[in-house]
Amino acid sequence: MASLIAILDLKGKPLIQRSYRDDVPPAYVERFLPIVLDLEEESQQVPPCFSKEGVNYMHIRHSNLYLLALSKRNSNAAEIVLFLHRLVQVLVEYFKELEEESIRDNFVIIYELMDEMMDFGYPQTTESKILQEYITQESYKLEVQVRPPIAVTNAVSWRSEGIRYRKNEVFLDVIESVNLLVNANGNVVRSEILGAVKMKCYLSGMPELRLGLNDKVMFESTGRNARGKAIEMEDVKFHQCVRLSRFENDRTISFIPPDGEFELMSYRLSTPVKPLVWVEAAVEHHKGSRIEYMVKVKAQFKRRSTANNVEIYVPVPDDADTPKFRASTGSVQYVPDKSAFVWKIKQLGGGREFLMRAHFGLPSVRGEQDLDKRAPISVKFEIPYFTVSGIQVRYLKIVEKSGYQALPWVRYITQNGDDYSLRTAQEKGSASIVPM
Amino acid sequence: MSGFRAPPRKGENFELAADLNSEYREKRKDAIKKVIANMTVQKDVSGLFPDVLKNLQTDDLEQKKLVYLYLMNYAKTQPELVILAVNTFVKDTDDPNPLVRALAIRTMGCLRAEKIIDYLCDPLQKCLKDDNPYVRKTAALCVAKLYDLKPELVIENGFLEQLQEMIADSNPMVVANTVAALTDIHIAAVAAGSTRDVFVITSSILNKLLIALNECSEWGRVAILNALARYESQDDRESEHICERVVPQFQHANASVVLAAIKVIMIHMRGIRSENLTKQLVRKMAPPLVTLLSNPPKCKLLSSEMRVFFCKYNDPLYVKVEKLDIMVRLAGESNVDALLSELKEYASEVDVDFVRKSIKAIGQTAIKIDEAAERYVVQEAVVVMKDIFRKYPSTYEGVIPTLCANLEELDEPEAKASLIWIIGEYSQKIDNADELLGIFVDSFTEESYPVQLQTLTAVVKLYLQKPDSSQGLVQRILNTATKDCDSPDVRDRAYIYWRLLSTDPGAAKAVVLAHRPPISLPRTTISPALLEELLGEISSLASVYQKPEETFVGRGRIGVDSMHRKGAEYLADDGLATQKALQTVAIGQQAENLLDLSDEGTDNGERQPSGLAATTILPSTTAAANLIAGTSSNPLDDLVSIFGNLNAGPPSAQPLNPLGGFGFGSAPMSPAPLVTPSALQPVTPMVSQQPQTPQQPEDDLLGLF
Repeated sequence: MASLIAILDLKGKPLIQRSYRDDVPPAYVERFLPIVLDLEEESQQVPPCFSKEGVNYMHIRHSNLYLLALSKRNSNAAEIVLFLHRLVQVLVEYFKELEEESIRDNFVIIYELMDEMMDFGYPQTTESKILQEYITQESYKLEVQVRPPIAVTNAVSWRSEGIRYRKNEVFLDVIESVNLLVNANGNVVRSEILGAVKMKCYLSGMPELRLGLNDKVMFESTGRNARGKAIEMEDVKFHQCVRLSRFENDRTISFIPPDGEFELMSYRLSTPVKPLVWVEAAVEHHKGSRIEYMVKVKAQFKRRSTANNVEIYVPVPDDADTPKFRASTGSVQYVPDKSAFVWKIKQLGGGREFLMRAHFGLPSVRGEQDLDKRAPISVKFEIPYFTVSGIQVRYLKIVEKSGYQALPWVRYITQNGDDYSLRTAQEKGSASIVPM
Repeated sequence: MSGFRAPPRKGENFELAADLNSEYREKRKDAIKKVIANMTVQKDVSGLFPDVLKNLQTDDLEQKKLVYLYLMNYAKTQPELVILAVNTFVKDTDDPNPLVRALAIRTMGCLRAEKIIDYLCDPLQKCLKDDNPYVRKTAALCVAKLYDLKPELVIENGFLEQLQEMIADSNPMVVANTVAALTDIHIAAVAAGSTRDVFVITSSILNKLLIALNECSEWGRVAILNALARYESQDDRESEHICERVVPQFQHANASVVLAAIKVIMIHMRGIRSENLTKQLVRKMAPPLVTLLSNPPKCKLLSSEMRVFFCKYNDPLYVKVEKLDIMVRLAGESNVDALLSELKEYASEVDVDFVRKSIKAIGQTAIKIDEAAERYVVQEAVVVMKDIFRKYPSTYEGVIPTLCANLEELDEPEAKASLIWIIGEYSQKIDNADELLGIFVDSFTEESYPVQLQTLTAVVKLYLQKPDSSQGLVQRILNTATKDCDSPDVRDRAYIYWRLLSTDPGAAKAVVLAHRPPISLPRTTISPALLEELLGEISSLASVYQKPEETFVGRGRIGVDSMHRKGAEYLADDGLATQKALQTVAIGQQAENLLDLSDEGTDNGERQPSGLAATTILPSTTAAANLIAGTSSNPLDDLVSIFGNLNAGPPSAQPLNPLGGFGFGSAPMSPAPLVTPSALQPVTPMVSQQPQTPQQPEDDLLGLF
């Protein structure tokens, strides 16, 4: 429950704010940034929720804006922080970009949205598709008055009636992101697969959909033998359209989809993953003169697959200069603002292996405060038509009372997650520490 | 022009007023927009109230919304004028368009002007029974708004009973909002001290809630789940039933639904007798929690999988710190090796703050796992310290000779203070301790206060252990401290030592070298009472701060008192173990408050009474002395002692850590607790809670000298 929601610019000035309850005076909004700055000054990290003088501040950041919620009670912080994220999402869908400019230009509609999305501090409707039906950017003609769509209060609160498409199609994207951490001696310390099934739905009417995956738990419970591999998803999260109780009962994924693009489900597997793209770097550090790298990349997946747009970021000291590169494939660039060089390979075939060398000069004088940064090597890649986990869409059944035929399209892709990193080996040249 | 207030004759507002009264519809609408724009940038447009009001009656929905918005903002400043709007409002609640009806009732609830409230009841009555669910759901919340303004009206009009009936509404959204409204009223009523239970959940209501749960929107689910968490189940079959119905919610994409579901399960799991089911539930609970971790950083809870917590290089710092905290909590015999190697890795990271915390974590792991501490962790820590030492010459390490050699390089007061503490504590083992301390005594007046305090204590310790060699040193420091020092804190402590030393060296020994309270790692022992309470608060702010609600919602004192009460109840049947836990909470609470004072730069004299008072009663009972040694002296000692005993402390025991007792894990989440007068108060109840209550005012104490 929030007493007040405000959007602030980076200087802490409120661009727009809406008070839902009386217990927190609006003046507190202006105290937010000074507190944040104080915290930063004390070199403390700024937590998303903090309390000061009896008022609780909860905030998130979006590009160059703060979205802030104030409350005096012991509120449900998770709910509010999520609501703020949802508010951003809705505003982005309304205005494409959410920034100072778009807020100033659209304050009327933002007020309307804030009024509709939250009442007395309790989140109400946050589905932007539905909101767009009765809160629009064009002002209404006086004759046609809008009414609240039934969907606002309906059990199916995410889809309106009477949607029509000439061609009924569904696109399914199965995207798996691999997060992985390899430590300096080459062991995988942590690995996980984050999967998501995204849908683009262009279907008429109120279609009933049923999605079949090669889910191990379901195969086991129905006593069926899986042809080929079945996978065990550790945790599955569904869009609110999926009937959770049915999934709990017999693992059937059945739903009436929202219109257009949405994420149907996400899942996580923590089965150990072999690093698909393996990178190794040997570093030779000559203090005060130069530093040399030898980087090896190996594609550890089947030959018939190819990784596209591989980018390998290798960190270098901040003060490195005069880069020289030699690579057996792809191109190498120095990215000083990231203190790294990046090795880009357009296409990396399965089982292939490549080498590159880099050479940097180092200033002979080093600052006293110079610390050895030990950032890990990070890798970006995309492998189309392939999933690490082996998940497969077995079927997607579409039933609508008008009885039309619809075509489902499925695409698979595996890519790096937001954390695919390999820690660098201890430098060979650095002075080792004498054990006590 | 209105006759109520002389409008300005020129300027923007004047022009706007003219436009607002224009005969052209479009012009009026544009003018309203301009007024709202000015309101948004916080220009005062309250003078236009009557002019804007005239535009209320319109068929244009957008214009209506704008005028309503204006009214909401300025109703309080113009209570007499709002009454003019009442008619339109009441008429709007009869509008054929449900959107308008809902809008009117919603806005009326937000006006918060005394005058208008009386006119609210009739339309509200009507809207609660509206055909359209959209209007009903809005009206339900409006009851809560009304209760907030004038509880009597709600009761007189029987709105409460009506809400209770609405739980059976056919529309899930209406049910959800009704539940939210009832809960809100319930909280308000309890806060106002009402004994009447506003929202009793009976088993028939329970069933309705469980049915609505599967059908309503995500936010509605949160409200219903929260209500379910409050329900006290009759028997274990019912608990089972609830759990079964709630478990599917773990699969919801909205994290707050998941958290709320977890809360319900945690609470009702206690009512389940079948071990099997409990295990099953716990197993189901773990994966969603782990998944929450890989989502946008937010509040995190316990789980049994450790590896996921290994930090990502780019995680924001507060997430890193939370993760560290969790890792230590999860540490056990089996995973300590992995944990330590990971911590070692962190210790060589770039971020100084994080490195410190990692090392602390190593220390804490050591305390938690005795066995490991002996053979392994200490070694590891020393290795890490070496790494650190190499990088930051300004820190110190556990190996004393090296450490002494570095004395001069130390420049951070915190690090210095901890170092001095170590010298004092191990003065027996360090041959040239008196020399080393001598250096500090010489520069005594130039040091910062924490360092002064530490030096003082260390010298006294030294004296007590080696009376012969350091007599002169003690004399000198006490002289300096009492005469030349401008911190009352330092002076007072010096006086105490002096007095103690001159009257009864035995007692002095007991105080200064008092056995420190057993270091049962504070962070792992959130007191059972607190844990119980936090359980009910999962996903709310309280759990993020890891404090009971009362401590931060502005009723600090009540919070402390209730903790005491709870502590007392526990004491009755559970004896020492819980007392210790309570003590931890108490220490934390006090440490927090004390530190707040110093943070604020309040006169330090204020915090002294508690310290002094506690010290004076020390000699009487050793048991009390043990406990109070922890509370009375600077909380810094306490923290440092945790690490000092390890022989390999952190580079600095941050004295600013406000939650010494709670474990620092929660500290980053709540950097600055209340510094309102209510925060000052708990200090007093704290002291009076000690076995012997020394009621000496400050003057008396000073008079002693």
